[in-house]
Amino acid sequence: MKTAAPLLPPADWRDFLALTKPRVMTLVVFTGLCGMLAAPVHVHPVIGFTAILCIALGAGAAGALNQWYEADIDAVMRRTQKRPLPAGRMDRQAALHFGVGLSAFSVLLMGLAVNIAAAAILLVSILFYVLIYTVWLKRRTPQNIVIGGAAGAFPPLIGWAAATGEIALLPFLLFMLVFLWTPPHFWALALFVKTDYANAGVPMLPVVAGERVTRVQIGLYTIPMAIAAVLPWPLGLAGAIYGVVSVSMTAGFAALAALVALRRQRLDDPMKPEKRLFSYSILYLFVIFGALVADRWILA
Amino acid sequence: MTPDELDLIRRRQKARARVMALLLGGLVLLIFAISIAKIQLGMHL
Repeated sequence: MKTAAPLLPPADWRDFLALTKPRVMTLVVFTGLCGMLAAPVHVHPVIGFTAILCIALGAGAAGALNQWYEADIDAVMRRTQKRPLPAGRMDRQAALHFGVGLSAFSVLLMGLAVNIAAAAILLVSILFYVLIYTVWLKRRTPQNIVIGGAAGAFPPLIGWAAATGEIALLPFLLFMLVFLWTPPHFWALALFVKTDYANAGVPMLPVVAGERVTRVQIGLYTIPMAIAAVLPWPLGLAGAIYGVVSVSMTAGFAALAALVALRRQRLDDPMKPEKRLFSYSILYLFVIFGALVADRWILA
Repeated sequence: MTPDELDLIRRRQKARARVMALLLGGLVLLIFAISIAKIQLGMHL
């Protein structure tokens, strides 16, 4: 005889907020905002605010659906086991309804209030993150975050499309920058939380291919990432402020990545260079995108 | 259900209702602001 699942009290509203991964959302909103502010057109403040709100809601919805699908993995990983679903503070169905509802709402609002192009890219980014990354790739291949990283690269494209209604070379390069930044960023993290991923059965590169290969891959992915980061300057798509900042910040990134790529892990290694690369990579993206906007607004 | 559990449910329902009211109020204001912005821009609603 089947026993009924224990009845949970209604989840606290803070748990719904936690489902949206607010910290991840910060970077998504920031890159989306920068994509919009870097566009060479004036956006009405209300329409701009709505576009950013839709990007935030779409990212939150994708995060909620990701947590709904990955509750079993989250439960065995120390970093994620306090999330609302694995901690048993929320019913799974509530998380699913919240994620689907928020996705539909964000795309519809973007389409009605901003434009169809931005809404279409927002929809693609949500579907990509949930279906391609979460459902299909994450548990199957160590290349999960390489391909899945595209999901996080969409916000600058959405921001630009919200402003202009189309896609150009600069937002495409920004997309490529975030896309190529994701592997070194995540693999640096995966190197120092390797045991967590192994326990959860997630085939992250350090778990499947080993630490050495991961370090080499971090170094290799940094090369095209650096090219994508600096390229807007020589192509004349950005000015000197962006040029100086992107070259210096990318040099710092490359130095830290080289350090990680060339070293070998010792017994009881505190993994300081890996943690430093991970922290720097977050700062890097904020500074690069900030410089692009500063460049556009100051030099304009 | 114990009185403590019932109390927890009531508190959560109240808090969620309050947040929902705020969000809906915000949405109404946003839709109003979008309408005004679109009228200013001479776009179709």
